[in-house]
Amino acid sequence: MTSTKKDPVIVVLQLTGGNDYMNTVIPYSDPLYLENRPNVGYKMEDIIKVDDNLGFMPAMGPIKEMYDQGKVAVIHGIGYPDSPRSHFRSMDIWHTCEPDKVGTEGWAGRVARELDPNKENVLTAINFGHGLPRALAVPGVPVAAISDLGTYGLLTGISDQDQRAKALDLFSRMYSPTVGGSFVTDYLRSTGTEAMIGADIVKVAPERYSSNVEYPSSAIAQHLRDIAQVYMADLGTRVFYTQHASFDTHAGEYAAHPALWKDISEGVSAFFEDLKEHNTGENVIMYMFSEFGRRVRDNGSGTDHGAAGVAFAIGDGVKGGMYGEYPSREAKNLEQGDLVPNYDFRGAYTTIVEDWFGMDATPIVNGNFEKMGYLK
Amino acid sequence: MSNKEDLALMAHLMRRAGFGANREELEALVAKGYDAVVDELVDPPADRHGGKAELLLRYHPGVLLPGGNPVMGQANWLYNMVSTDKPLEEKMALFWHHVFATGNSKLDNCDQMLTQIQMFRELGMGNYQELILELSRNPAMIYWLDNNENHRDAVNENWGRELLELFTMGVSNYTEVDVREASRAFTGWTITPKLPRQPYGRYPWRFEYREADHDFGEKTFLGQTGNFDGEDIIDIAVKHPATSRFICRHLYNFFVADEPQVPAWTIEPARDEEALDAMCNVFEESNYEIREVLRFMLKSDFFKEARFQKIKSPAEVVASTIKMVGAYEFPDPGLARICREPGYMGQDILDPPSVEGWHTGSEWINSGSLLARINFVADSVNKTDLPGMQSIISRMKAEGVTTPEELLEGCLDSMGFLALSDETREQLSTHANEGGNVDWSDDAAAGTRIAEMMALIGATTEYQFA
Repeated sequence: MTSTKKDPVIVVLQLTGGNDYMNTVIPYSDPLYLENRPNVGYKMEDIIKVDDNLGFMPAMGPIKEMYDQGKVAVIHGIGYPDSPRSHFRSMDIWHTCEPDKVGTEGWAGRVARELDPNKENVLTAINFGHGLPRALAVPGVPVAAISDLGTYGLLTGISDQDQRAKALDLFSRMYSPTVGGSFVTDYLRSTGTEAMIGADIVKVAPERYSSNVEYPSSAIAQHLRDIAQVYMADLGTRVFYTQHASFDTHAGEYAAHPALWKDISEGVSAFFEDLKEHNTGENVIMYMFSEFGRRVRDNGSGTDHGAAGVAFAIGDGVKGGMYGEYPSREAKNLEQGDLVPNYDFRGAYTTIVEDWFGMDATPIVNGNFEKMGYLK
Repeated sequence: MSNKEDLALMAHLMRRAGFGANREELEALVAKGYDAVVDELVDPPADRHGGKAELLLRYHPGVLLPGGNPVMGQANWLYNMVSTDKPLEEKMALFWHHVFATGNSKLDNCDQMLTQIQMFRELGMGNYQELILELSRNPAMIYWLDNNENHRDAVNENWGRELLELFTMGVSNYTEVDVREASRAFTGWTITPKLPRQPYGRYPWRFEYREADHDFGEKTFLGQTGNFDGEDIIDIAVKHPATSRFICRHLYNFFVADEPQVPAWTIEPARDEEALDAMCNVFEESNYEIREVLRFMLKSDFFKEARFQKIKSPAEVVASTIKMVGAYEFPDPGLARICREPGYMGQDILDPPSVEGWHTGSEWINSGSLLARINFVADSVNKTDLPGMQSIISRMKAEGVTTPEELLEGCLDSMGFLALSDETREQLSTHANEGGNVDWSDDAAAGTRIAEMMALIGATTEYQFA
């Protein structure tokens, strides 16, 4: 075994749609919980108790197991002041760390830029899924987007290898940088070039991979499996990003929300088990967040957009436990019926950027924010 | 034969106001005259048909009521895009789907999605206030934004908020109190029957107004006070000056040239303030007739000059490529596979990522989606036996296309009179020259040569623009 410390890696898992904090980490000892949740609240006996006051929702069994092993940090009351309660705007704020104006650069993309300032590796950051989250979008920073690792490649339909080689050669010349192009054309050219190079490199990942861990069939578990393959192929990817949706449980929450958390819990558990089976993963942490929590009082069958939420950090590098304070549920302490955030999300990013990646967080998260000691 | 500039302009119009047109269609349209074509697009003559529904149903009966099988719903819509004789009507349905983004992921009832799209076809070029009112009674929208959970004594703000934020005025023009009051006005606007899926299956939903569940109390909305119903809220919101700007900017972004994304609209000026003002004037003076803004916009110089100023959406890439190569003129079995393609490029039609719809412009492009676009076009043109490809190939043969330069030019014209940058043209020209003259003694080989050139053109940055 080599003792060389491996480069730190992060997997960001976005819970899109506004995950219901109060029905994820449940303040079960507080009578205000069931009082406010007559229709979507969990029965006491179904809640997975963590301590005398808090419990995980019933579908989080696998997360609780990792929590008991000290690998899960729960970050309470996370958010930012004056939540706009709009998915669009709120997700933008989380992605760009710009609550007061529209940001153009994503925090995770900035991390990738710091990690690979000379763009030596087009696979430094990869999104697994369709499209590109704004968190990864920074002009000039290459980010691969892989919806399915098995079929990734350029002009794969040309079966004649000579002809394909010629076509790819022409492609690389047509997409080489020019002087005086428009922003959009430059962006297209660099994206095309990165796509071609990235596809070429990444195709080794499935070939190198074998595992006894069976991932569930959910979309998120399949993305996490692709992430495990690319990570274990040692291609130098440092920022992995993926998402699961939709947590926008305005209605039918009692059935929909546990189904989502079942997908997440089982997928995340399989992912870390896979890393463990391969004796690797000590340099991987996962960070899970959502754009906002949901309203304290349920609306009859679901919950509306709220403010404060919960984030999770998972992995060997994490000091497990509860961090921060659960915001008060008392009516007098709510703002527009919502839990008031007491911890700025940019502080959680700062912790990752400084204590995990060892960088200066200020230019990445746009300011100085209090760290939370959830990393070893 | 028409002159090339007229054909290129017509190709531009048909890319934007439809899903492209082949050379034969372009010649016929140019003969009709640009303004007359615009008038027919915004006011289709009675003898025009929409998508060829009868043909589709005969061969894919599953697309009529796809229910729990959204892919068949996507097949239905894609076939409509390809086979319609009223292209702008269909394009407007796609436009409204971008703006009033409703998703089957939540509905799990694709029949209702198709009903909503049909409503967009019927009302999408009509009066905006009527459209919004119908939207607020549209079962798919009611369920999507939970207005069926918006009760007199338990207000659900989802629809009320998005009506103001995303469907009329845009952010920063109203307060949280306005959201609340608007939501109260829509209490009791619900759907029926909403039976449990088990054991009843999927029932068609319809709008129902439940008086007993409606909040008849006084409401104050945007400074006006009264016993407002949803209809009054819409009346006030539509007439707010921010609304015409918001909708016209959406139209400009969709039809003319890429704008910044919606959240930036309160901060960043429009790409062409003068054009936007002119559109708003027409919209307001016509009492919010969408048709009149479209007519004005499509005939304006700012539209005609905006060639290749927009990144194609994935739906446009797929539908226009299929039309070009002449695939699926008949609803072949592969339709259920091909209709997933826009999703691979980042646009699952009938299932936008959220109520905000898709981010457009350069945000359509990332390494994964760009690969999917390029590969799709290459794979499509490689099928040289398809009627559209056959027609392209035989036209080039008839025109005596021989030299590498003629080959490149012929392919560019066949792909919508595409304009290339000097650098790209030089690269493609060098590549064409390496292959020498087109040899028509072997038609199949000549066809393959043309297909290869078209695949490479499809891989250019220029081809990503409409």
